[in-house]
Amino acid sequence: MTGITSIADLLGSPVKQQTIQTQWLRNLSTAVSGTRGSISSDELAKQTQEFLQLLSAATRSGASDVDGAAYKPLRDFLEGVSRSRAQQGFTSAETAMFIFSFKQPLFEQLHAANGTNAAALAQDIWAATQLLDALGLHTIKAYQLSREDVIRRQQEDMLELSTPVVKLWDGILALPMIGTLDSARTQVVMESLLNRIVETGSEVAILDITGVPTVDTLVAQHLLKTVTALRLMGAECIISGVRPQIAQTIVHLGVDLQGVTTKANLADALALALKRTGYTVSR
Amino acid sequence: MDRIPILRMGEFLLVSIQVDLHDQLVLQLQDDLTNAVHRHAARGVLIDISAVEVVDSFIGRMISDISSMGRILGARTVLVGMRPAVAITLVELGLSLPGVETALTVERGMLRLRAENS
Repeated sequence: MTGITSIADLLGSPVKQQTIQTQWLRNLSTAVSGTRGSISSDELAKQTQEFLQLLSAATRSGASDVDGAAYKPLRDFLEGVSRSRAQQGFTSAETAMFIFSFKQPLFEQLHAANGTNAAALAQDIWAATQLLDALGLHTIKAYQLSREDVIRRQQEDMLELSTPVVKLWDGILALPMIGTLDSARTQVVMESLLNRIVETGSEVAILDITGVPTVDTLVAQHLLKTVTALRLMGAECIISGVRPQIAQTIVHLGVDLQGVTTKANLADALALALKRTGYTVSR
Repeated sequence: MDRIPILRMGEFLLVSIQVDLHDQLVLQLQDDLTNAVHRHAARGVLIDISAVEVVDSFIGRMISDISSMGRILGARTVLVGMRPAVAITLVELGLSLPGVETALTVERGMLRLRAENS
C-alpha cells in the first residue's frame, strides 16, 4: 500500500475527514489570527470542505503527480483561493498557511491509522509531505501571478493617468509631464500627443517638463524624438518648465537642444505659442 | 504600372499619394516630379501623404530626397498630413528629415507656400 492510497482511505472516511477538518480549522484560525481576519469562519469552513473533497477525489485516482490531470480541479480550486486572498491583501505566508496548516491534522490521522508500524508511517508521511509541499508551491505560484497582475494593471493605470493632453487654446495643446520619462512612457506620450494633434488640428504643442525630476541623456533623447515627430507632422513644439538645475545638467551633458524652443515656464511658452498662431494678447 | 498623379495648380504642384508606397512607385514619382517641376517651372510643391500608413527606411529616405530635389530645382516643397504612426516610425528609424518643411493639412501647406511667394 503506497502513501497516496492511505491518504485516500483516510479522506474516504467521513468521520476522519470531519476530525481533520475541525483540527485544520483550529490551526488556520490560530495561524492567521491577529491579521485582518477578512475571511469569515463560514467561508473558511466551506473552503476547507471543498479542498478535502477535491483532495479525496484526486488521491483516490492513485496518482501522486500534482501536475497531472487528476489534480486539475484541485489546482483550479487552489488558484481561485490564492487569487481571492491576493486581492484581499493577504501576505504570501498567510496564503501558504492554508495548505501547510493542513499537515498536522493529516499526520496525526496517518499516525493513528498506522499504529505502531513505523516503516509504513514514515512512507505515508513522506508521500503526504511531498503532495502537500507541491500543492503549497502551486498556491504560492498562483498568489504571485495574481499579485503581478495587480501591479501590471496599476502600472498601466499610472501610464494613462500621467499623460493627459490638454487643449490650452484653439490650436495650442499642452502636455504636462509628471514623473520619470522612460522609453515606454515616451512612446505613450508621443502617441497620445500626435493623435490629439491630428484630432484637434493644432499647430503648436507645449511639452511641460516641470514635473520631470531629472533629465539625463536618455530623457533628453526621448524629448528630442517627440519634438522631431511633431515637426514631421507639421506641428511645432515648445518645451517649457526647464528648471535652472535641469538647464545646467543639459549643458553639462552636452545634449544638443538646438532647433528646439525652450522656455522657463508654461506662461512664457503659452505667450510664445499665441504669438506664433497669430493671436495678440492685450489687457 | 500605376503612377502617382501630379496636379498643377497655378505655379504650384500638388502630389497626393493615395496608395501604399512601394519602392518602384517612389522612384517613378521622383522622376515624374522632378520633370514636372522643370517643365512647369513650379515655385512650390505640396506632397500630401495623409493616406500613407506604412513607411520603411527606403521610402522615408526617398520622401526626404524628393523634397530636397524640389528645393534644388527652385520649388519650395512642403510635406503635409503625415500620420502619427508614420512620424514615430521615421523618428525611430533615425530619419528626422532635416530641412524638409511640414504642415498639418493641405490647406495649411498651401497657406505656407502662398505666404512665402506673395
